[in-house]
Amino acid sequence: MTNTKHTLVALVEDKPGVLNRIASLFRRRSFNIQSLAVGGSEHPGLSRMTTVVVGDSAQVEQVRKQLEKLINVVKVSDITEEDMVARELALIKVKATASTRSEIMQIVDIFRANIVDVAPGSLTVEVTGDEDKLDSLLGLLRDFGIKEVSRTGRIALTRGSSS
Amino acid sequence: MKKTGAQILCESLVKEGVEVIFGILGGAVLPIYDTFPQYPQLRHILVRHEQGAAHAADGYARVTHKAGVCIATSGPGATNLVTGIANAYMDSAPLVAITGQVATPVIGKDAFQETDITGITIPIVKHNYLVTDVAELAKTVKEAFHIAQTGRPGPVLIDIPRDVQQAQKDFVYPDKLDLPGYRVVSRGHPAQIKKAAKLINEAEQPVIIAGRGIIISQAYDGFKEFAEKAQIPVAHTLLGLSSFPGNHILDLGMMGMHGTPCANMAVQNADLLIAIGMRFDDRATGNTKEFAPHARVIHIDIDPAEIGKNIPTEVPVVGDIKNVLTALNEQIERKEHVAWLSQIEQWRYGHPSLEIRQSDELLPQYIIQQIYEATQGDALVVTGVGQNQMWAARYFVYTKPNSLISAGGLGPMGFELPAAMGVKVGCPEEVVWCVAGDGGFQMTIQELATLTQENIAVKIAIINNGYLGMVRQWQELFYGRRYVDTKLWNPDFVKIAEAYDIPGLRVTRREEVIPAIQKAMEYPGAFLIDFLIEPEENIYPIVPPGESLARFFEPSKPEVLEGKL
Repeated sequence: MTNTKHTLVALVEDKPGVLNRIASLFRRRSFNIQSLAVGGSEHPGLSRMTTVVVGDSAQVEQVRKQLEKLINVVKVSDITEEDMVARELALIKVKATASTRSEIMQIVDIFRANIVDVAPGSLTVEVTGDEDKLDSLLGLLRDFGIKEVSRTGRIALTRGSSS
Repeated sequence: MKKTGAQILCESLVKEGVEVIFGILGGAVLPIYDTFPQYPQLRHILVRHEQGAAHAADGYARVTHKAGVCIATSGPGATNLVTGIANAYMDSAPLVAITGQVATPVIGKDAFQETDITGITIPIVKHNYLVTDVAELAKTVKEAFHIAQTGRPGPVLIDIPRDVQQAQKDFVYPDKLDLPGYRVVSRGHPAQIKKAAKLINEAEQPVIIAGRGIIISQAYDGFKEFAEKAQIPVAHTLLGLSSFPGNHILDLGMMGMHGTPCANMAVQNADLLIAIGMRFDDRATGNTKEFAPHARVIHIDIDPAEIGKNIPTEVPVVGDIKNVLTALNEQIERKEHVAWLSQIEQWRYGHPSLEIRQSDELLPQYIIQQIYEATQGDALVVTGVGQNQMWAARYFVYTKPNSLISAGGLGPMGFELPAAMGVKVGCPEEVVWCVAGDGGFQMTIQELATLTQENIAVKIAIINNGYLGMVRQWQELFYGRRYVDTKLWNPDFVKIAEAYDIPGLRVTRREEVIPAIQKAMEYPGAFLIDFLIEPEENIYPIVPPGESLARFFEPSKPEVLEGKL
């Protein structure tokens, strides 16, 4: 079986230590996670967690079932095969001089990204999209010199009205 | 009327039907202990080490089918429970471990005897709690018992800071649970059961692998009906022994590393495996790539995460085994499997390693066999870990349901004495034999004091070879007989027992075995026999680690082998 990226979306109780339990499970079972993002959901007291796991489908199914065994985890779905919207946010601080600033701004425009901070030697860019888009923008900006990058990891929902 | 946290804890334990608590006190649980005299229905058994408390509660839980309770103070008291909690987790035993914690204002300040026991135990508990508000305490205890005892059982730890034990609150025991993330599938899916029945009805060489889940579900009758109706031979995991009568014609004994040749050969040649309440542990399967190469697999278990974890499964059935077997029994056909069963009978005999040598040496196999003869199987056998455990598994015939209590998954030496203590407290009418190794016995030997203080009549058989025997066997077979640090200087165990006010006997010769066992059985209290056995006796057959189950190794010394088991 081949290793691919899987997107798991989980509803978890918003209680102290829950993230620790999840992280501990990944470490203990040697599951390979690429990103993990967690924040509020539409249910009071529950958070929605999106995690990208690399593995073959049997391994990822094991991850899903082990996660579901945690008492504070209410539901876990592997939505990889479903029609979904997946987004990631990145903040990129890039070196900018008087001569490169306008070129950077053009690139930022093409990617429909925003400049959120301007300083004498740098620009900070905010960009949202899927990982490929973020990677491409980063690739183009690398030539100017990247000072700092912060990425959120993927968050995802299935398309359509079902929940 | 307001009650203290300590009283709320005790009230909640009473509501849960708790009768016995194993523990040791310390600063952070003093408010709880100070409350115990108000609750005489809670019997507290003072152990000598917290590991003993956890193993005792585990043993108690396995034979009573309700949660065992242990209690320890913060810091070292809590960390000493860890081995026992890990063991209960690996073997799916319901355990509620209560620990004291430093007061909430000093948590995180590295206070005296502060340890993050909830953090430490995350990977080895079904769930755990740090209770920081007395208003949450009753609800937490209710949840803890529910989680520990339902579904696939396991340990739950409740950490209670000292100030929460002293804080006051009205006691209201909740009648409802709020656990949105906890679901137990009790009934198997009808479509899956139908698929399973079809495979069973079509199989020509089926084998059942019986695990401890059958015992946990108390599905003995339905399981026997299942095996008999379809005439399917039964191989056991170590912890599956005593789920099916060991003297039954369909019983193959234990499979795996030290399994019987007929169990291993049957599994390797099966066209269908029906795995029930077991988890394909490596000691049972040998090399998984070469495991049962011709078999389709049905796996019945209450834990969905066990399905496909180690072995690919064609038909999973998730549910309580008792319910699943009841449904399956209606759909399976009566079969005979004459050719298959006669093939298995051929594997059953002609293996020198199964037979007990006629010899002047004191052999462990003979001792276990004589304990069986003396009790006629009407006893609960609690073992240590290592050779003593394997001899007890192989040479006692488990005819009584749930009569082998052993630490299978974690394998903690020292389990035997405290666990036997808990078993005897849980089943005071039963004869309880503790089969110990001389190495493991010294890891929890201090519980002899608990036996005497609490008048717990456990019969102890030390299988004493003066070695860490299983490790020595591996050194002999796999490390060129280099016995590095496995030879033990041992104390005089009979004198030690005497010092604890427990009578004992030393046995060095074969003819002393039966009288010594008789004497132990006749004595009303705890009794210890130190059997000085042939030091380099091995347990055979052995499947070398990483090998296929079909490649079991047994010594070929037929000239010294006479008589059959």
